[in-house]
Amino acid sequence: MPGRLVTRRRLLPVLPALTLVAMLGPVVAGLYGTVLPAFGHLPAAGLTGPSLEAMRGLFDWPGLPRAVTLSLTTGITTTAIALAIVMGLVAGWSGTAAFRALERALSPLLSVPHAAAAFGLAFLIAPSGWVARATSPWLTGWDRPPDLLIVQDTWGLTMTAGLVIKEIPFLLLMTLAALGQTDAPRARTIAASLGYGRVTGWLKCVFPRVYAQIRLPVYVVLAYGMSVVDVAVILGPNTPPPLSVQIVRWMGEPDFAARLLANAGALLQLALVIAALAVWRLAEGVVAWAGRRWIATGGRFCGDRAIAATALGLSATAAFAIAGGIAVLVVWSFAGFWGFPDAMPDALTLKNWMRHAAGLGDALTQTAVIAISVTAVALVLTIGCLEAEHRHGLRMTRRGMWLLYLPLIIPQTAFLPGLQTLLLNAGADTGQAPVMLAHLVFVLPYVYLSLADPFRAWDVRNATVAAALGASPDRVLWRVRLPMLLRPLLTATAIGLSVSVGQYLPTLLIGGGRVSTLTTEAVALASGGDRRAIATYGLMQTAAALVPFALALGIPALIWRNRKGLQHG
Amino acid sequence: MDKGLTLQDVRISKNGAPMVSLDWHIGPGQVLSVMGPSGVGKSTLLSFVTGTLPPAFAATGRVLLDGRDVTDAAPHQRMIGILFQDDLLFPHLSVGENLAFGLRPGGSRSQRRAKVDAALAEVDLAGFADRDPATLSGGQKARVALMRMLLSDPCALLLDEAFSRLDAALRAQVRDLVFARARDRDLPVLMVTHDAEDAAAAGGAVVTLG
Repeated sequence: MPGRLVTRRRLLPVLPALTLVAMLGPVVAGLYGTVLPAFGHLPAAGLTGPSLEAMRGLFDWPGLPRAVTLSLTTGITTTAIALAIVMGLVAGWSGTAAFRALERALSPLLSVPHAAAAFGLAFLIAPSGWVARATSPWLTGWDRPPDLLIVQDTWGLTMTAGLVIKEIPFLLLMTLAALGQTDAPRARTIAASLGYGRVTGWLKCVFPRVYAQIRLPVYVVLAYGMSVVDVAVILGPNTPPPLSVQIVRWMGEPDFAARLLANAGALLQLALVIAALAVWRLAEGVVAWAGRRWIATGGRFCGDRAIAATALGLSATAAFAIAGGIAVLVVWSFAGFWGFPDAMPDALTLKNWMRHAAGLGDALTQTAVIAISVTAVALVLTIGCLEAEHRHGLRMTRRGMWLLYLPLIIPQTAFLPGLQTLLLNAGADTGQAPVMLAHLVFVLPYVYLSLADPFRAWDVRNATVAAALGASPDRVLWRVRLPMLLRPLLTATAIGLSVSVGQYLPTLLIGGGRVSTLTTEAVALASGGDRRAIATYGLMQTAAALVPFALALGIPALIWRNRKGLQHG
Repeated sequence: MDKGLTLQDVRISKNGAPMVSLDWHIGPGQVLSVMGPSGVGKSTLLSFVTGTLPPAFAATGRVLLDGRDVTDAAPHQRMIGILFQDDLLFPHLSVGENLAFGLRPGGSRSQRRAKVDAALAEVDLAGFADRDPATLSGGQKARVALMRMLLSDPCALLLDEAFSRLDAALRAQVRDLVFARARDRDLPVLMVTHDAEDAAAAGGAVVTLG
């Protein structure tokens, strides 16, 4: 018996270390692999550095100023707008019926992959999109699509909009989680009793506490908005594209000079994100300083109604944009001939689905194999970490939280090119297994973040009682703790699956173009403009991410239908 | 050897500051009531005895159970039963499955089922095996929790404010039941409570902390 205990003690505490390696190993390796070629060192091509050749080439590229500007503006604008809308919404409406309705729509909206949401938005607002069709010709007078550059506009405004509608659900979810730890209802009551308006009181009392809690997710949004590739390919400008897209284009070119440029660009992307984060951090200080002065003025109102109404209107618009986008994808996927400006196609047909059935099937299988394996590994590592924490008191510190967010904050375009180069140099094959490892980098943090709170909130007296009844720690874990945590476990699983399903860049770069998932296939169709094909792949991608969420809701309700104590929460 | 539960020169400190010290032998069928205001370390004392002392605390001294030193044994190998103020019936298991969780391994399915049914009958809950614990009343849950613990054949019983959630009438009833069952089985009982009535009903020695 003591012998067995010793082995367990050896195995379990290794898991946190293993988790860190799985999560940060590829990031560190990738950054290392980026730095070398960025300074002209690429032995596979017979190049030995260091040289500034690649850097010079990058700065000679005429599109650079524009690409850099786009990267900065889309990232910062997206974050500022999404954050403002979410804060206004929570300030004005939390605790009301309208808020609860939006809350319910949250999980499905969150799980719609970025690419599918971007396609949906494009199909809605393009000159020949649903909005134009629905209002033509009776309102607009158009009998053919107007010659306007709405999608892929030069300033990246549509791209920013596409990012904002997807980041609102994410920030809202993070804010709701943070609100639980901020004692917001009582602060609101106090502020109200002192005569403060709903929004003003919230902004002055609760916002500072909430922001401290959601700071890291906000940084994630900022870094993501600056370096996103799939949304930029679908909605962003083309000539020149944002820096991240250009990096991927260079990576796709066969000659080594382009590869060097790509890695130099990746390094620049990293520098840009770090600089933007630093500026954002400074801005936080300025806002805090201004906020203190504003609080000191003692003003009770600041256009409370207007802020609340605007925030609700904008978030509802975002929700409808995603939902409407999915709806228009459904229509296109079944559309026969659909002339402008008809609001609906002449006929609905299964032809599109049948034409793409084989391709969809292959891509779905590939997507599922990767997502399920990666999520399973992520769950094992996460549960191992949390159980090690429970048994041996190995608790995650505040610094540990930063490590968890690091893979989400360091831009994918900064380290994935280097990781691919490193894999090629090492002679390792690109393909499914490396893709899974790359997905794990992004799936692990989300699975961990979603499971950690419920796991820790579980009443440990249950473990004491079970142990007093003679149950070993393993038996307590398998027979008591995990069954009681079935609901959060399934939610974490669904989140893991949907994160993996949505991954574009890791699949593309680390798969060496030979791993085709629903996401890579859908994004690859973007340039072709075959709306019916895009619609089927986009919908399939959405379904692959949404169905697990539906199951995560349904399965506990079914299994615990006779267990009142587990039906809520 | 000495039958019963012995706390030998137990001293618990939190971050170096002394908290609780106790040296006592509880004989079979006897009850020791530990009283004191909340925050004085009563529950911490019990967590030392069950082997689940949180890392912030340090303890010296030994815990002997029927002469066997269990101080360094894993919690699940100590054979010390505990009841908390909440019933802590596992919500995913039926009443019968909760009891079977407590029942020591061994015996055929039908023998085990018979033991579970007998335990339920002993506390007037015959036929409750397939019920969802969440549908039981407070008193019924308390009785199931008691029987689940007794089915694991403990050598000692700890009570952590076990009756404080029950209303007055129910409390006396459940308390009498627990003490009677413990006496029947000759179990030493260590009870922490802030309620003098509990201590009086126990009828044993009383130690006041703090």
